[in-house]
Amino acid sequence: MEKTLQLIRYQLGKGKWNIVFGLSRPTKDRLARRIMGLLTLSTGILLLVMILVLFARSWPILAIKPLEELLFSTTWQPLQGAFGFYPFIMGTLWVTMIAMIIAAPPSLLTAIYLAEYASSRTREIVKPLIDLLAGIPSVVYGIWGVLTVVPFVQDVIAPFLGHWFGFIPLFQVNNPTGYSILAGGIVLAVMVFPVIIAVSEEVIQAVPQGLREASLALGATRWQTIKHVVLRYSLPGVMAAIVLGFSRAFGETMAVLMVVGNVPQVPHSIFDAAYPLPALIANNYGEMMSIPLYDAALMGASLILLLVVLLFNLISRLILMRLVRFE
Amino acid sequence: MNRHKIEELIFKGLMMASTMFVLGSLVLILGTVIWRGLPALNLAMLTQTPKGGYYMGKEGGILNAIVGSLYLAGGATALSLVISLPIALYLQIYAPRTRQSEVARLVLDVLWGIPSIVYGAFGFTLMLWLGIRASLLGGIIALTLLELPIMVRGMDEAIALVPNALKEASLALGATCLETAFKVVVKQTAPALLTAVLLAFGRGIGDAASVLFTAGYTDRLPDSILSPVASLPLAIFFQLGTPFPAVQDRAYASALVLTIIILILSLTSRWLTGRLTTNIVR
Repeated sequence: MEKTLQLIRYQLGKGKWNIVFGLSRPTKDRLARRIMGLLTLSTGILLLVMILVLFARSWPILAIKPLEELLFSTTWQPLQGAFGFYPFIMGTLWVTMIAMIIAAPPSLLTAIYLAEYASSRTREIVKPLIDLLAGIPSVVYGIWGVLTVVPFVQDVIAPFLGHWFGFIPLFQVNNPTGYSILAGGIVLAVMVFPVIIAVSEEVIQAVPQGLREASLALGATRWQTIKHVVLRYSLPGVMAAIVLGFSRAFGETMAVLMVVGNVPQVPHSIFDAAYPLPALIANNYGEMMSIPLYDAALMGASLILLLVVLLFNLISRLILMRLVRFE
Repeated sequence: MNRHKIEELIFKGLMMASTMFVLGSLVLILGTVIWRGLPALNLAMLTQTPKGGYYMGKEGGILNAIVGSLYLAGGATALSLVISLPIALYLQIYAPRTRQSEVARLVLDVLWGIPSIVYGAFGFTLMLWLGIRASLLGGIIALTLLELPIMVRGMDEAIALVPNALKEASLALGATCLETAFKVVVKQTAPALLTAVLLAFGRGIGDAASVLFTAGYTDRLPDSILSPVASLPLAIFFQLGTPFPAVQDRAYASALVLTIIILILSLTSRWLTGRLTTNIVR
């Protein structure tokens, strides 16, 4: 403590803080509080402004087309003034759902392993690697998708599932290329691994130690404790982690765009090509200014993305905040 | 062995398999990029800008994209640092454990989750209203919005680890909150703050969707903040989109360059966490 005090005294004395601007120290403190508070407030304003701006920019199309037509019409003919988002919304939902089905089980098992079984040495090796997975840029995921996942879907999964389960519409192969919903889903699944693992591991570790000990003391095995106590207690948080992963996948653009085929159709099978909303925005930014209402439609697509992600994020963050506060 | 033991063994096996699966996907991605990128990578790619016919397989390199990306991410990181540090300090020192800071954290977490394509669309609209065309400045604005929440939350969590006694000792000696913030807390957390900065830089340099609308693309090196600028992610994307295998190979090489930058950033921040502890009181 003595050393600490010395150090603080030294650092305070060294500075020439109190000559700057010629203001007294308390005045500067109040001024700084005001400025920093305003900056903090501005983040909230930024969020509101983003919603308002995207709403204002998509107003030209929202004002003249009924919402049902925009959301549920399957006709996308910008030149004829027909803007039905339905194929794109379905494309996004299909790819995201496939990604979550693939990603959720291994992510949760990994999170449980890291939180409950792994030694601290294993954790120290594994967690930075998972962080690294989170840091890989989406175009690199896209490259990997094009080089590995698309051929794998085309040469291995599609022939196999198509041959044995082709009678189920979900697995029908009508698309000879590997550029498909499944390829997009696989790439997205790997992209959301780190999100789900990191958040659910944190949630599982926040379960009070006393609960585990009580269960173990009653003679339960470790796995029984995890299954009946830990997971039950952390279920809302784990769900929040999955929802967070979902919203991350929902808005992912480049990686999906590169492997999903970009055909504006309502998909019926996991081997069909699709055209998710983010890809629609990214692919058409160049020409959107020349066709009437086109830019309003694309801004509308951004607004849909923003609102959906906002909603899911809010829900899961509120759950997570409550869990942490209970701890 | 009873039923419970067997069930536990099965699930433990599944968990380890899942962990290996997740780590295996990382190895597979890095392996694919290295395996396809390394043969196509050469010095000319790193030191030249695209010459005429580059996108049909003629001579040149991606220097324009490398420099452009460094400018874009560097500018955005500098700008968000200036905004983020005061916000993080405000959350932790002026308003710790208040309803206000809880709400601000929620907003920042939500902003973190917003897809980069939405930031791109929003930035594009801002630029239209300000009368700026696709340019370095536009790209920096969009990337700053993207990096801001990442940096603030990273710094916020780093500052939260500073022991309360240290802040109280500083305040008890008569230092104002401002002095405590910049002279004690920032010095104490310098390595962790820098880690947050590097994380945000890495996110910025790898993002394609937000600069697609806002930064444009050019084969030349950027000469002004108002001229369009190339970026690595878009260079990868455009080269992959050409029908020529030789150019596609260059896309793989460019992806390798980007991946190496990300790896260097990640290793540096690990190394920094270990070093730069000269000012830290424990």
